[in-house]
Amino acid sequence: MDISYHDVLLVGGGGAGLRAAIAVAETNPNLSVAVVSKVYPMRSHTVSAEGGAAGVIKSGDTLDDHAYDTISGGDWLCDQDAVEIFVKEAPEELLRLEHWGCPWSRDPDGHIAVRAFGGMKKMRTWFAADKTGFHLLHTLFQTTLKYKAVTRYDEWFVTKLLVDEGRVQGVVALQLMSGRIQAITAKSVILCTGGCGRVFPFTTNASIKTGDGMALAFQAGAPLKDMEFVQYHPTGLPFTGILITEAARSEGGYLINKDGYRYLQDYNLGTPTDKPVLRNMELGPRDRLSQAFVKEVEKGRTTDTPYGPVVHLDLRHLGEKIINSRLPFVRELCLKYENIDPIKELIPVRPVIHYMMGGVSTDNNGATPLTGLYAAGEVACVSINGANRLGSNSLPELLVFGARAGKAAALAGMEQKPPSERVAAQALDEKRRLEEQFLGKTGGRERIATIRSEMHQAMESGAGIYRNQTSLQKAADKLRELRERFRDIRIDDHSLTFNTELVAALELSFMLEVGSTIVESALYRTESRGAHQRTDFAGRDDRNFLAHTLIFCNPDGSARLEQAPVVITRWPPGERVYGVKSEVKEVAAR
Amino acid sequence: MAETISLEVLRYSPERDAEPSFQTYDVPLRKDWVVLDALNYIKDKVDGSLTFRWSCRMGICGSCGMMVNGEPKLTCATFLSNYANENKPVRVQPLRYFPVIRDLVVEVTDFMTKLQSVKPWLIREKEKPVSDGEYLQTPDQLDRYKQFSMCINCLLCYAACPVYGLDPVFIGPAAIALAQRYNMDSRDEGAHERMDVLAQHEGIWGCTFVGECTKVCPKHVDPAGAIQQYKLTATIERFKTFLMPWAAR
Ligand SMILES: Cc1cc2nc3c(=O)[nH]c(=O)nc-3n(C[C@H](O)[C@H](O)[C@H](O)COP(=O)(O)OP(=O)(O)OC[C@H]3O[C@@H](n4cnc5c(N)ncnc54)[C@H](O)[C@@H]3O)c2cc1C
Ligand code: SF4
Ligand code: FES
Repeated sequence: MDISYHDVLLVGGGGAGLRAAIAVAETNPNLSVAVVSKVYPMRSHTVSAEGGAAGVIKSGDTLDDHAYDTISGGDWLCDQDAVEIFVKEAPEELLRLEHWGCPWSRDPDGHIAVRAFGGMKKMRTWFAADKTGFHLLHTLFQTTLKYKAVTRYDEWFVTKLLVDEGRVQGVVALQLMSGRIQAITAKSVILCTGGCGRVFPFTTNASIKTGDGMALAFQAGAPLKDMEFVQYHPTGLPFTGILITEAARSEGGYLINKDGYRYLQDYNLGTPTDKPVLRNMELGPRDRLSQAFVKEVEKGRTTDTPYGPVVHLDLRHLGEKIINSRLPFVRELCLKYENIDPIKELIPVRPVIHYMMGGVSTDNNGATPLTGLYAAGEVACVSINGANRLGSNSLPELLVFGARAGKAAALAGMEQKPPSERVAAQALDEKRRLEEQFLGKTGGRERIATIRSEMHQAMESGAGIYRNQTSLQKAADKLRELRERFRDIRIDDHSLTFNTELVAALELSFMLEVGSTIVESALYRTESRGAHQRTDFAGRDDRNFLAHTLIFCNPDGSARLEQAPVVITRWPPGERVYGVKSEVKEVAAR
Repeated sequence: MAETISLEVLRYSPERDAEPSFQTYDVPLRKDWVVLDALNYIKDKVDGSLTFRWSCRMGICGSCGMMVNGEPKLTCATFLSNYANENKPVRVQPLRYFPVIRDLVVEVTDFMTKLQSVKPWLIREKEKPVSDGEYLQTPDQLDRYKQFSMCINCLLCYAACPVYGLDPVFIGPAAIALAQRYNMDSRDEGAHERMDVLAQHEGIWGCTFVGECTKVCPKHVDPAGAIQQYKLTATIERFKTFLMPWAAR
């Protein structure tokens, strides 16, 4: 079996992975860096971020303001030391990206322009038109091309982390084009594999966001943190999960149920007005909007579609002129990808899964408790997002902590020995497993798509916007059953050339693992905080739960849960009265 | 609208088939379904071995380009209903002019090499430290290159380019557009270096301005415009070297 050797190995070529790769190369140009990615790096999901990236740059704004917005938005579950590092380094990182050529939008005088963003009380969100993530990713990717030390493994799928003597020493990966399975070893490994929105049926996340890195780390023995915190966005298109920005509502769009009724008035969200009013009705807090949707479904007042129940966003009364001048991108998305013209038609919407606050537990340098393993970006949980991420914080997060993890891994890697021989034996075992359980497998009965959609169902009804003991237990049982049935999976495709069915099967196995950690963590936290809302335990319980949830994988495959302290530096948990509550919770999840 | 629509999909597995062939599938015809949704339907329900790339389903990752009824298209932005009245199956093939790896998946490593060769990164004679703040750039300066920075590397333009079809060495529309993206950026000082690279590619002079690349580009990058601009500068540079050898570097 082939083995290749590097000093630092990145799993993932999205924003976090590429930033980390450059950090390694700049820390020590003599190190060899590998970037392993299941898609060409510029196809990574970072490409679809639209809104922007927060970083204090204008006078009148302060680092403390950004920190406070982040911490209160996160319902006091953020580690405040991490947030302080984050807000301080975010502007530097965004500037560095400017120096690398990112086409940030500008003020007339040539300085960086910033815009307002939900949950941020000052204007501090940098943007590159409405394609911030796209420009950020392509700038990073094109910049990495100039570093000779970076070796890319494009369209290689990582199936396992190699751990020996308590230290991560590399990965086993499958080259899609050739079907070759080999070990890629390194002195340190950084996971930058992004989130796991695809565990749920309705999501803004691309098809590649299947939580691979979370499952890989968990199976290798590293704990996951705060997995119960999954963020919804209230208005996504049901089938594609394409996100319809809050702007559609701030311009005056109505949310109506199947009777054409502006149902939000029934949920303490104010009274309907013709013109939009801040914090009223359609402009109420996002989590409350998502929760109202669930209640409407329960009352049978939603519209049934092939993709389940929806409500409608009505923009028609705004007229062609306003829609074209103020919401051109919304119209374009509806027209181009959903065949709906918002000037004439209602837009079907529903809450969709958007972002994963939890992830592989790391310290402020991206290091996990497992020696040799680092994580950065959406896959990681430092945590600066706490119980609820603030919109436009995740792009700067992946830059700041991608750079930190890259630097730390580079420095640590220099001191380490090359991998032991046992690692090669482990890799061979993994290769055999892939051949026996998938490639060479005949006669299974379960279709991948069936198990996947039953998993979706279980996650949505058990661990969705509202959860409780019963619903979560049911989901846990269902996931256990599905993992059992997964062993009897049917594989139509036995080819070695670009076997996407094999990839889908492996992704499904990762999703089943990650889904279980979400459900187990949600069962464990018997309080409601931020994105985690339990109907059987309403309200925040700081006495017992001002703490992170850690979930570990026992050697027998079962899960073990623990708490870890939240770092509080200067902002004690706030007492929240309603007005403030609505304020802190109205975070833009873009 | 009819209830179903037929797709005629090119299948090819190098391990099994000597020759590619077409396979026909009937899929539901829904108003909001794009060609990619139909392919996913087939993969999930009918034949798990059908092979294609996709990811974002919102026209930004650039991975789902294929030939649909002979035209290069992003399949996530091409509605099935556009073809409902044609009374013949919708033909889906891999992007033209690229080697086929399997079914609808083409080999793009050649493009990746070409992309890298034009040095698509900001080149400065002297870097200023990050602590000194941003390089100023007015909205007008940004507008000069912005269009060329919108390329999602979907490669539809290569599949439309007759020059590339005849001469695979031709560096091609998107790579040239990206070179121009940096050349036109007020912060960049690397145009000469890139010029040296492009100049080695005689292919560029073979471009006859058919402009097919610009027509098929889903992001309005206008690679044909970039090629034209480049040729103009290159011609001037050539004259400079010829007439005033001291002026050019
Ligand atoms: C529609 C949308 C809009 C958004 N808008 C904003 C916004 O405006 N502002 C903001 O701050 N945030 C936004 N976000 C969130 C933000 O975009 C993401 O959190 C962030 O881009 C994640 O980046 P990443 O580098 O961690 O992972 P990704 O970009 O998802 O990259 C993951 C990488 O890992 C690789 N990978 C995964 N598994 C494997 C495996 N098994 N083997 C090999 N490689 C693997 C993939 O190939 C990929 O390269 C948005 C998110 C969505 C969905
Ligand atoms: S120039 Fe247009 S068609 Fe060509 S690769 Fe870029 S986005 Fe695609
Ligand atoms: S799937 Fe991303 S461009 Fe079509």
